Formats: sequence, C-alpha cells, structure tokens
Amino acid sequence: MKPAPFHYVAPQSIAAALAALGEDAKALAGGQSLVPLLNFRLARPATIVDLNGIVGELAYLRRSDGALRIGALTRQATLERSRVVARGWPLLAQAVRHVAHPAIRNRGTVGGSVAHADPAAELPVALTALDACFQVRSAQRGTRTIAAADFFQAPLMTALAPDELLVEIEVPPLPAGAGTGFAEHARTHGDFAVAGAAVVRAGTEHAAIALLGAGPTPVRVPDAERALRRGASATEAAHIAGAELDDDWRRALVTDLVRRAIEEASP
Amino acid sequence: MRIAVEINGASYEGDVEPRTLLSDFIRHDAGLTGTHVGCEHGVCGACTVQVDGETVRSCLMLAVQCRGRSVLTVEGLAPDDAPLHPLQRAFHERHALQCGFCTPGFLLAAEALLRERPDPSEREVREALAGNLCRCTGYEGIVEAVLDVAAQMRAGGARDGGEHGTGRAA
Repeated sequence: MKPAPFHYVAPQSIAAALAALGEDAKALAGGQSLVPLLNFRLARPATIVDLNGIVGELAYLRRSDGALRIGALTRQATLERSRVVARGWPLLAQAVRHVAHPAIRNRGTVGGSVAHADPAAELPVALTALDACFQVRSAQRGTRTIAAADFFQAPLMTALAPDELLVEIEVPPLPAGAGTGFAEHARTHGDFAVAGAAVVRAGTEHAAIALLGAGPTPVRVPDAERALRRGASATEAAHIAGAELDDDWRRALVTDLVRRAIEEASP
Repeated sequence: MRIAVEINGASYEGDVEPRTLLSDFIRHDAGLTGTHVGCEHGVCGACTVQVDGETVRSCLMLAVQCRGRSVLTVEGLAPDDAPLHPLQRAFHERHALQCGFCTPGFLLAAEALLRERPDPSEREVREALAGNLCRCTGYEGIVEAVLDVAAQMRAGGARDGGEHGTGRAA
C-alpha cells in the first residue's frame, strides 16, 4: 500500500509543467484519485508532475463575458463556497456537495475530477448538462478547446493527450430564468454514486438533462430534453430519459432521479 | 529529498523519498503515532489531519507537498501537559470511542467543522463526519459529543476553553 518509486517534478509555471508532461508522466492535482491508484500500484508512472506549485496561475473562479471560467486547479471546496457559483451556476454547487467528504473536497480539484473522468463522478455530469468547454494546452500544439460531449470518451478516458494539460473549464451563462436540479443515489453519503441526474431548465425555452450511471460517460438524453421543451411533465420526461436502460432496477432508479432533478429545477 | 514540515508548532526534518506519504512521515519520521493509518486509499478517514487549518487525508498527500506548511495532528489538540481538548473530553464523557482507532481522525474533522460552523445541526454533524468510519460505536456517541461541545461554545466557551478553545494549537 505504498506508491512505487517515481521521479518527482514540481514545476513553478504552466510552461514548465507542459515541458515535463509526456508518455510516462502523470499530472498530480489534488491527488484524491491519483494517490489511491499509486498506493495500490494500479498506476506506476515514471514521473509525477506535481501541479500544486502553480495554483497561483491555475486556481481561480472568474466571470467574464457572462461565462464562468474555472481554473483547473480550483479546489472543490472553493467551488462549493463560491457566491459567484451559487448565484450564477447553482448546479455546480448542488453537484459538488455530493463529491465525497469535506477532507476530500479540500484537496480535490475541479480539473482533476474532469481529467480523471470517473463514470461515477458528479462534476463531469453537471458540466455536461451545462454545455461546458474544456481548454487544454500542450507544449507542442498550443491550446485547443474541447466540448464536453467530445471530452469524455470512456471510463477514465478523455480526449486529453499524454502531453496535454487541462487548464480551464468554461461554463456558458444559464438561460434567463433557468432553474437547476441535481439528484443522485449513493449507498452512503459521500460514497460513489450508483446513479444520478443533472438538469438545467428554463420553461419551454431550454432543457438539458445529463445522466450519471447510465453509461460509460456522462450521457445527455435529447429525446427527454425535447419532451420537456414541448411541455411534458417531469414524470413523462423522466420516463423517456430512462427508457433506453436495459436493467429494470437501474431504469427505475435513473427515472426517479431524473424526475426529482427536473422538479428541483422547475420553479 | 530533505524536507522540513511544521507539525503542531514544532519543525520536523527528514530525508524522504518523493513517494513517502504524509501519514508515514508523521508516524515514522516525526514519531507522532497518534495519527492512525487505516485503508491507505482515502476511504476510512482514520488518518485525517489538518494542513494549514484544513482537513486532509494524510494518506493521500505526499510528505514533500507539505514543505513549509503547518500540520495539526491529534497530539496538537492538547499538549501533554495541558488538559484534554473539549472535544476529547466530550468523546470521553459520551463514550464516543471504544477501540479508539478512528478517534484522532474524528477529532480533527470535528474540530474543523466547529471552527467553520459553531452551531451545526445534527444533520450537519453527521454529514461532516460521514467521511470517517467507526466500526465500534454506531456513531451516536460521536455525534452527541460534537453537539455537546457546540452547545458548550454557545453557552459561553467550552470548559478549559480559555487556553485553546476549539482553536488550533498550531
């Protein structure tokens, strides 16, 4: 239960971090997922690039042009306590409260949760419902922006190349009058969720529903979203959202969670 | 790597590999065995300490990440020559421990909770401590102990609170 030996690099700038990343190097953000993998020796990278020396450059919550810009190293606890987030993007505050426990959120980062891409993680699902974009950077190819739908590819697999670093998450403003809801089922408080749902809704103008535990990545359900925009009830839309799931138990669970999230999002 | 970490107000130096976990540095290099190591993957909460006033799992941090930072362990809640911390006394009075393995982690999580939220509801106490596992008590005594200390604070300072209150020693 101890990590295998690794070469440790603690860069003091984004540029130095990018220079150190590559095939057999792993970026260490909050460490709340990576360090357990190191302890179990499920991950044995040759090099650990500790990003915590560049929190000055990479940890921020900023509103610009109506959008929320989240520095990748922003701690989950900071997101949880932010008034800007609570006012403008309450779905993130609703979701982050379900991420593990306070001691984990004090270290865990928003970008780390996204880059790790655990299929049971809350923030990727919330960010998918919010149509977030991810800004990634590499020393060779500069910066590119990836939409949530293209970013999450499989469990623990993203569009990030080994030499790329997630630097910023951009969340567009919510439509006027939008409400948000997040519901999940976990066996104990703070445990990994079995299933969940994130909803953004503005009357019949806008509806976004993202599911947790209904596939290998966060899943949007366009049919259910369309039904909501056409005036379907929460129960009707939730049935459409869960309809594709084979397993009876999971379908019943997801359907009920979607209904609850829609009701929370509907004033 | 040569590192110096402040633990409970004193500086501890050690020559560690980068892979050395903070929990192992605290126990093996600093010799402070009050911090207990349970699951070593962030689930059980036994190794919870505070770094710069915030609770962390010490099995999920590297010792080298704590260079120049201030760590509080259970030994820092009440130094040897001082009376028990109000939380420790309340745990004793409420039978909030049996084997005691999980207790240091609970104490540091509870201390951080009461500092941020001096008047928590029972539900808030349960949520704040949900990341700490106890296999003996069934949690009732633990929750009651934390609520007791909160009530004492409301009533004008916990007993023995003059010296360290629920504040940090470090």
